[in-house]
Amino acid sequence: MTPVMNKAEAAGLLAKLLAGKMPDEHGRFGPYGGRYIPETLVPAFDRLTDAVHSILPTKDFQDELAGELRDWVGRPTALSPMRNLSRRWGAEVWFKREDLAHTGAHKINNALGQALMARRMGARRVVAETGAGQHGVATAAACARVGLPCVVYMGEVDMERQAPNVGRMRLMGATVVPVTSGDRTLRAAIDDAFRDWVSDPINTFYCLGSAIGPHPYPYLVRELQAIIGREARAQMLERTGSLPDCVIACVGGGSNAIGTFHAFLGDASVEIIGVEAGGRGPGLGDNAATLATGTPGVLHGTYTMLLQDRQGQIQETHSVSAGLDYPGVGPEHALLGEIGRVKYIMALDDDALGCVQECSTHEGLLPAIESAHALVGARDWAARNPGKRILVGLSGRGDKDMPTLQKTLLADLGVKA
Amino acid sequence: MSPTPAQGLSDAIRKVRRERVAVVAFLTAGFPSRDHFRADLEALASEADVVEIGVPFTDPMADGVTIQRSSLAALAQGVSLHWIIDTLKSMPPLKAKLVFMGYLNPMLAYGLEQLAADAAQAGICGFIVPDLPIEESADFERAIAPHGLAMIRMVTPVTPAARLQQLCSSAQGFVYAVSMTGTTGHSVGDSAGLPQETLDYLDKVRKLSPVPVCAGFGIREHKQVAALDAHVDGVVVGSAVIEAMEKGASTVELLRKLRGS
Repeated sequence: MTPVMNKAEAAGLLAKLLAGKMPDEHGRFGPYGGRYIPETLVPAFDRLTDAVHSILPTKDFQDELAGELRDWVGRPTALSPMRNLSRRWGAEVWFKREDLAHTGAHKINNALGQALMARRMGARRVVAETGAGQHGVATAAACARVGLPCVVYMGEVDMERQAPNVGRMRLMGATVVPVTSGDRTLRAAIDDAFRDWVSDPINTFYCLGSAIGPHPYPYLVRELQAIIGREARAQMLERTGSLPDCVIACVGGGSNAIGTFHAFLGDASVEIIGVEAGGRGPGLGDNAATLATGTPGVLHGTYTMLLQDRQGQIQETHSVSAGLDYPGVGPEHALLGEIGRVKYIMALDDDALGCVQECSTHEGLLPAIESAHALVGARDWAARNPGKRILVGLSGRGDKDMPTLQKTLLADLGVKA
Repeated sequence: MSPTPAQGLSDAIRKVRRERVAVVAFLTAGFPSRDHFRADLEALASEADVVEIGVPFTDPMADGVTIQRSSLAALAQGVSLHWIIDTLKSMPPLKAKLVFMGYLNPMLAYGLEQLAADAAQAGICGFIVPDLPIEESADFERAIAPHGLAMIRMVTPVTPAARLQQLCSSAQGFVYAVSMTGTTGHSVGDSAGLPQETLDYLDKVRKLSPVPVCAGFGIREHKQVAALDAHVDGVVVGSAVIEAMEKGASTVELLRKLRGS
């Protein structure tokens, strides 16, 4: 999206955000966010909002979370120089390695935090939605660790695309419910998870997987993911003595991106870029590039940028990566795009697959197809900014993408695995 | 001064209530067939006292699978808010009062001010917007107020006392009392009738509300209507109407049976 505000207004909103005053008491990030929920969910959201204020910031909770992040998730994750890609792309490329976090992606940071909160709130069960399966796996793992039953809603289309993850969830004791309604992907899974929660809001905790949805989720998820950027910033300063020139991450709902970006928002010298799924191209229905091509509206309880038609009907999206295949985006990203602090671009399916190949061949690191979208952005930025330093939020590993890769990269190679 | 559409809606339910419980029927506009919408609406409006016209949305998160299915089927036939309003404008006045029930996003896309003006012209008395809680509804209310249209509030058994008071005191048209926790389409109570706590809750809402109270979500049988009779001004019948339409059964018959006539 193109920034539409004047500079003074944008600077004012950024200052407010940096001062920790966003979201405001109404859950707003400037014009975006809010809480558009059915009346049946109001008490559940009030309880969750209370818990976010009364549990999340306490030393007791933060100590418990930090201990589990260290002992069970394996944090801090590494910051790795990518020497071969640096040579190939002509810039200094570093990865923040969320692929090394337990269960293989950044999703665990959020799922663990929410599962620990659910236990403290006395929930009897946890429900979650999943697209790529990474949040489902993370939630199943976190629930097994904290001892809560877990139900994961997953679109039928995604179950096929991400079959290995379905097995992982089941092994960890989760019930995986195939979603056969709507577009049978992430968005339909969110609808069904909300429906489940509406039917038993007191005993159920809804562990939402991205920085989307009604307040307080965009805030809660950001707070739990912000450790990515905090670690990366400190590691970068320690390793190089200075900040990166550019920070890049992929954006679907935007949890890994907001977590990566947040610590850098106040660093005026750092350019920040979010890369959305460009799919087959810019036409409506051909991509999931909400910020690059969408318009504002309300979906899943939040006012944000959406892929919708002129009648306000939500459009089906296309991306080779299940994790980016969502027609909305976190409201904080909508604000960051509007005030121009973050630039949102898109990467096409084929280019992302090309970067999966390149990163695997030259660095011995199979990235998630989602994360490879960020690599496309990094490669292009490097071409325009030779010799500069780039930090890529490498959100996850690509093992879970093998069914898709069999049909694409490996089929092109004529290789049968 | 003639009453506003919102007052007209309240008055119509009160008038019926003097003799019997009012029936509020729901249909998804353009389901099962866009071509039959006029006829389906006319039939329903001949028997119901209020008709909720469902404006289809791709992601109806407060509704059960029945209404979601009907919404998607209507959308597949090209049903839009513009089409619904144009169709209503072309119809002669109906006996029943009409309200719109729909999610916020298609209404935002239409433009709230334009929607209020066009809906008033099309004979709509009010709006039920399930994803628009009172904290977010100021803009919407500002848009419909000049036309005297009702912002119909929903209340639930889990709504805390202070909030219930707040919702009732700002209610217009009628209060939509959800009679259970959950999405639309699930039946309330067992075959023996309704749990006492549900009836107590409805009594409480009725005491607080300056406008009539209609109970909804899951009413399928006459004995549920009979059990509610002393506790509400109207009953909302939604998923049962859609299911009858899916089977090609008569909605008029269904409503008559529910009323016990």
